[in-house]
Amino acid sequence: MITPRSWLPTPVLSILLLIVWLLLARSYAFGQFVLGGALAILIPLLTYRFWDSKPRIKKPFKLLRYGLRVLGDIVTANFEVAYLISNPWRTLKPHFIEYPLMLEERFTITLLASTISLTPGTVSANLRMDGKSLLIHALNVDDEDALIEQIRERYERPLKEIYEC
Amino acid sequence: MQLVIEAIISLLLIAGGVFVFIGSLGMAHLRDFYMRLHGPTKATTLGIGCMLIASMVYFWSMEGKPDIQEMLITLFLFITAPVSAHLLAKTGLHMQLPHTDATEGKPFELRDEEVGDKPVPHPDKGHG
Repeated sequence: MITPRSWLPTPVLSILLLIVWLLLARSYAFGQFVLGGALAILIPLLTYRFWDSKPRIKKPFKLLRYGLRVLGDIVTANFEVAYLISNPWRTLKPHFIEYPLMLEERFTITLLASTISLTPGTVSANLRMDGKSLLIHALNVDDEDALIEQIRERYERPLKEIYEC
Repeated sequence: MQLVIEAIISLLLIAGGVFVFIGSLGMAHLRDFYMRLHGPTKATTLGIGCMLIASMVYFWSMEGKPDIQEMLITLFLFITAPVSAHLLAKTGLHMQLPHTDATEGKPFELRDEEVGDKPVPHPDKGHG
């Protein structure tokens, strides 16, 4: 017997895919609905086995605030990195930092790692096998502990509040 | 009004161009692989974001209705850039690519003596 669960494992993702398809196609013709609908059913069917279960969002408004904060930080990060790169007299102090993770869910760790890569002078380089620490490469660091503290307060704690507690 | 819109578009285009240029410059002249990663993940992301917003404003003023396509492209870029940077950094660590001597902190991924304990050691190790 075919249940909705077996051919539509992730309804929210399917609807999102259909919307994105229609926006990208810039047309709301019937044909686009059919094509987008077919893709929205097929893509989750082919890929949902690879997905981690996504934890529930406990505080959507905080998530919105977090998103805006990250966007703002991306802009400042760019000015910072642009300045660091284009100033030939500046000596850079690159640094590998081990960041002890507080988060446990893999999905939230992924979010944190992406945020770190997009924001000031840091790229997340490696998630350790045990999932307890994240290796970060920073372009120019004076105080290692201050950076860890900043990531902890600015990104990790809000993420933990949004998803885990 | 037209002038204001044109000024905004030109500003965004110039800012975008400058950011993309600086990002590429960083990729060309920084000293090691890990530092070079920083240019393309950040400066270029915002640069292309600026250009796409300029394009959105342009078509908005020309056709009179907002177009969300560029926003989607920007969003995809923000989602994929960190993932590819992470994978590149991971590969760099796995291949034990050398880093500049100025780099502080020695992650165990890059320490010689522990190469044997890693899941798949790379045959020609060496760094520093």
